[in-house]
Amino acid sequence: MEQYFTIFISAVVVNNFVLTRFLGLCIFFGVSKNLNASIGMGMAVTSVMTLSSMLAWIVHHFVLVTFHLQFLTTAVFVLLIASFVQLLEMIIKKQAPALYNMWGIYLLLIATNCVVLGVPLINADSGYSFSLSVVHAIGSGLGFALAIVLMASLREKLRLADVPKSLQGLGIAFILAGMLALAFLGFSGMIAL
Amino acid sequence: MNTSIMVLIVMTMVGLIFGIILAYANKKFAVEVNPLIHIVEDILPKGQCGACGYAGCQAYAEAVVLNPDVPPTLCIPGKKPVANMVGELTGKVAPEMEPRVAHVRCSGGHSKAIKNYKYQGIEDCVAASLLQGGPKGCQHGCLGFGTCVKNCPFDAMSMSEEGLPIIDDKKCTGCGKCETVCPKHVMQMVPIGAPVTVNCNSKDKGAVARKLCTVSCIGCGICSKNCPHGAVKVENSLAIVDSSICLEKCTDPTCTAKCPTGAIVPAIGVASITESKKEIAANTN
Repeated sequence: MEQYFTIFISAVVVNNFVLTRFLGLCIFFGVSKNLNASIGMGMAVTSVMTLSSMLAWIVHHFVLVTFHLQFLTTAVFVLLIASFVQLLEMIIKKQAPALYNMWGIYLLLIATNCVVLGVPLINADSGYSFSLSVVHAIGSGLGFALAIVLMASLREKLRLADVPKSLQGLGIAFILAGMLALAFLGFSGMIAL
Repeated sequence: MNTSIMVLIVMTMVGLIFGIILAYANKKFAVEVNPLIHIVEDILPKGQCGACGYAGCQAYAEAVVLNPDVPPTLCIPGKKPVANMVGELTGKVAPEMEPRVAHVRCSGGHSKAIKNYKYQGIEDCVAASLLQGGPKGCQHGCLGFGTCVKNCPFDAMSMSEEGLPIIDDKKCTGCGKCETVCPKHVMQMVPIGAPVTVNCNSKDKGAVARKLCTVSCIGCGICSKNCPHGAVKVENSLAIVDSSICLEKCTDPTCTAKCPTGAIVPAIGVASITESKKEIAANTN
């Protein structure tokens, strides 16, 4: 039980995907302009990440490990996630049109994102069990959601601030992300895995 | 078995299985979308201005195709050509539409109008207007922080040196977004080709208006007395022009020459307006 909790906390704050590992930066900067969009993105990433790491674990464990083809992990996972997101998009579009209107555009952005690929790869590398992989994926997703929501709230406030002309837009966003990352550095060393 | 053959087999199988699942899902979860919606959406100007009252161009396209009660004329930026095309596609009759263009009802820039205080807050008209109605002495004039410019979905506005918005007649579609966001209600939609416009929004009494701004309308009524067609009225010390009467009857505007402060003026860029009028006529035919 303790191990689950440690992995969860570590994934949310200590090894936060965006602010410590610097993965998934394109959506982090692209969709953090307004708070509502960032919440939608955070939820979409969390659910896609969890579902795809379940699937990835099954494929890794029963196909790749059985045939001693672990060196193919990255290639297979890329294929797997891209097709899984496509599938998920179709299902959501048919079964839950309201959810599709909210998430549809984000789902396609996630299809080829490194943060979604990163979690199954780390799971496979660390040799997590199925349940540990799921907990790690949920934690990572929530960590991503936390980072993007924080960033979006900051950038909404920033719109009213008097930013020097040369730094307006992405420039100040990068500086802000750097400061957030510094703040998250405070968590490092809290948990040793 | 040779590893490379193994790799080939596994990758092929994985790809094949995913491919089959996706192909199956594509059939199984196919959503029927009326193809007309996409065609209508392509015709719309894609400014996402919301002037139609729907969330965006796609939402309006969906509504106009699926709901028989939604008229095809709601897209204001698209003007008549779009309304006609949408009407034709959806089998609805497009009633007459009057093309409009945005007009700034204020000419009291930095050099003409006095200021009560120096504003150093957020660069936004709505924020500035919360503070004693804004820094400008005249409580009805343009604050000049460019909220309308920032909100223009068609990039048709810019700020002049004097701190007043300039409208690009060629780009302005008359969607009315600027009219909604302006806290002072300075922006107004006027019919394209209106020969005269009142460049003032001040409802103050003449003496007060004069003191606050050198180019304000003082409500003297000279324009009203000089108009042979009765198109100009004075209400609340402010001249109001009924452009439909002007467009119909006026050939030689006398009101503008007689105005003592120059608040009522011939419309700027009349040439470009007549051109765009011709363009619209050409598009309609």
